[in-house]
Amino acid sequence: MRLRPGERFQRVIGSPIAMYVVLGLVLVALVIAAQVKGLSGNLLFSLFVRGVLLGGTLALGAVGVTLVFAVLKMANFAHGDLMTLGAYLGLIVVALLPKGAPLAPFSFGYEFLVAFLLVVPLVGLVAFGLDRVAFRPLRARRAQPIMFAMAALGLAFGIRSLVYIFWGADFTFYYSGRARPAVELFAGVRVRPDQLFILGLAVVLIVGVYLLLERTKIGKAMRATADNPDLARVSGIDTGRVILWTWLIGGGLAAAGGMLYGLDVQLRPEMGWWLLLPLFASVILGTIGNAYGAMAGAFVIGIVWQMSSAFINPAYGHGIAFLVMVLVLLVRPEGLFGKRR
Amino acid sequence: MALLRVEDVQTGYGEMQVLRGVSLTVAQDEIVSIVGPNGAGKSTVMKLVFGLLKPWEGRVTFDGRDISGMAPEKLVRLGLSYVPQVDNVFPTLTVEENLEMGGFTRTGSLQEHKERVYELFPRLAERRRQRAGKMSGGERQMVAMGRALMLDPKLLMLDEPSAGLAPLLVDMIFEKVVDINKAGVAVLMVEQNAKKSLQLADRGYVLATGQNQVDGKGSELLSDPEVARLYLGG
Repeated sequence: MRLRPGERFQRVIGSPIAMYVVLGLVLVALVIAAQVKGLSGNLLFSLFVRGVLLGGTLALGAVGVTLVFAVLKMANFAHGDLMTLGAYLGLIVVALLPKGAPLAPFSFGYEFLVAFLLVVPLVGLVAFGLDRVAFRPLRARRAQPIMFAMAALGLAFGIRSLVYIFWGADFTFYYSGRARPAVELFAGVRVRPDQLFILGLAVVLIVGVYLLLERTKIGKAMRATADNPDLARVSGIDTGRVILWTWLIGGGLAAAGGMLYGLDVQLRPEMGWWLLLPLFASVILGTIGNAYGAMAGAFVIGIVWQMSSAFINPAYGHGIAFLVMVLVLLVRPEGLFGKRR
Repeated sequence: MALLRVEDVQTGYGEMQVLRGVSLTVAQDEIVSIVGPNGAGKSTVMKLVFGLLKPWEGRVTFDGRDISGMAPEKLVRLGLSYVPQVDNVFPTLTVEENLEMGGFTRTGSLQEHKERVYELFPRLAERRRQRAGKMSGGERQMVAMGRALMLDPKLLMLDEPSAGLAPLLVDMIFEKVVDINKAGVAVLMVEQNAKKSLQLADRGYVLATGQNQVDGKGSELLSDPEVARLYLGG
């Protein structure tokens, strides 16, 4: 097949390999820029490690967004606020439990772990309940996508307002006033032990999602429903159960991501809302509907976001995530793992 | 006694009527083929039986039970199985996972059923870890039929199983249909490839403009010059 030069160019820049090359070049460019600006390699590497840590938390949220999209064909703009909800429900549990000593070297005590185990399934159920109330009636009416988007936005504002009512607009911590010293990991890279815990737990959960999707019957049914919903029905797959599990997993992981983000940074009523953009950037980068792509995308976004802060005001982090999303949409809208039509 | 009975059914999409009175039966051990020109409503009959469309008039019974407009997920439990014409596999799932999804409603082990499908289609046994979306058209058709056989259906419904396949593969698929039928599964199929499908069918129905025109033994329909001239393209 003969292609015009323009088309050929588009093919080349749109291929997945080109995407990897571009991502690699961005990294190299950052390193070179750091040399020029006289930034230490250590600082840059520290930021890279921080990016990986952020990527782990983002991945927990992004998996939920992409699974919900894959199974229900809707963009859940309330997903960030499910993360907020998880973080603050965790705060209730931590506050109610009698205070224990910190589990050295970490800054948190047993209360945080108990809260985590309680809140993750709880928010999964809440997500399913919200689907019953807000989205299922729309599906029954075969509503337009815009209606789903509006309903999701409504839920997002609703959840955030609840947080404002109960906790106010100020930021807070799980353990106010507790010192969180960083330790040297190696070669001058300093992290807080909490952050290693966060990354470790995120990786465990991600592996858990992988095993669930690949090895269990309901996981395979979720992938089948995402692939071809009509054929899933015709095969006798119980779509109601698939939807239930999609929300349990998506909502649970959102809560996990929210709690871990809250432990790492702070709790703010807008935290989830502000994570929504990087979440969607991750999901689009990793091909919408592809759970593993969303995880990979989350790490890329996390790393680029953190490393960019060596050169520009960290407040522009969202701008960087947005820029990556726009570039992907322009060059390869189907994402890293998508098929060309 | 007829296993499947479609009685004078009318239906369509939205306002548009497609079927204007279709009746047919399939007995327990038969292969029945529906043939006819494009737009005759052949695929619509399949969708109607499988609950994807509700009848406006008339009714559908299976094993003596009224199943008009019953949801597909219930029908599979009664012993009906359906292979759509297009998009009939889960592309990102492996061959083996596709088969497992076909047996979703079964609670016990699926091993025995999988082995039986692999016996019928040895090609699939070689490629059980391959993603279905990366396979050829013929292999995909095998996956689709294998998926539909996982619940030991009493009736297998095939929508254009030979569409888009090379002639050699068409023969192979039709041979498999006969094998499946010999194993005790009734088959109802819709086919563009009228001659070949009537050759192997016990009985055939010629459908045109949403109505039954002629029916009879497959071989009789084939040798009927009128049928050939009007509906089978000479």
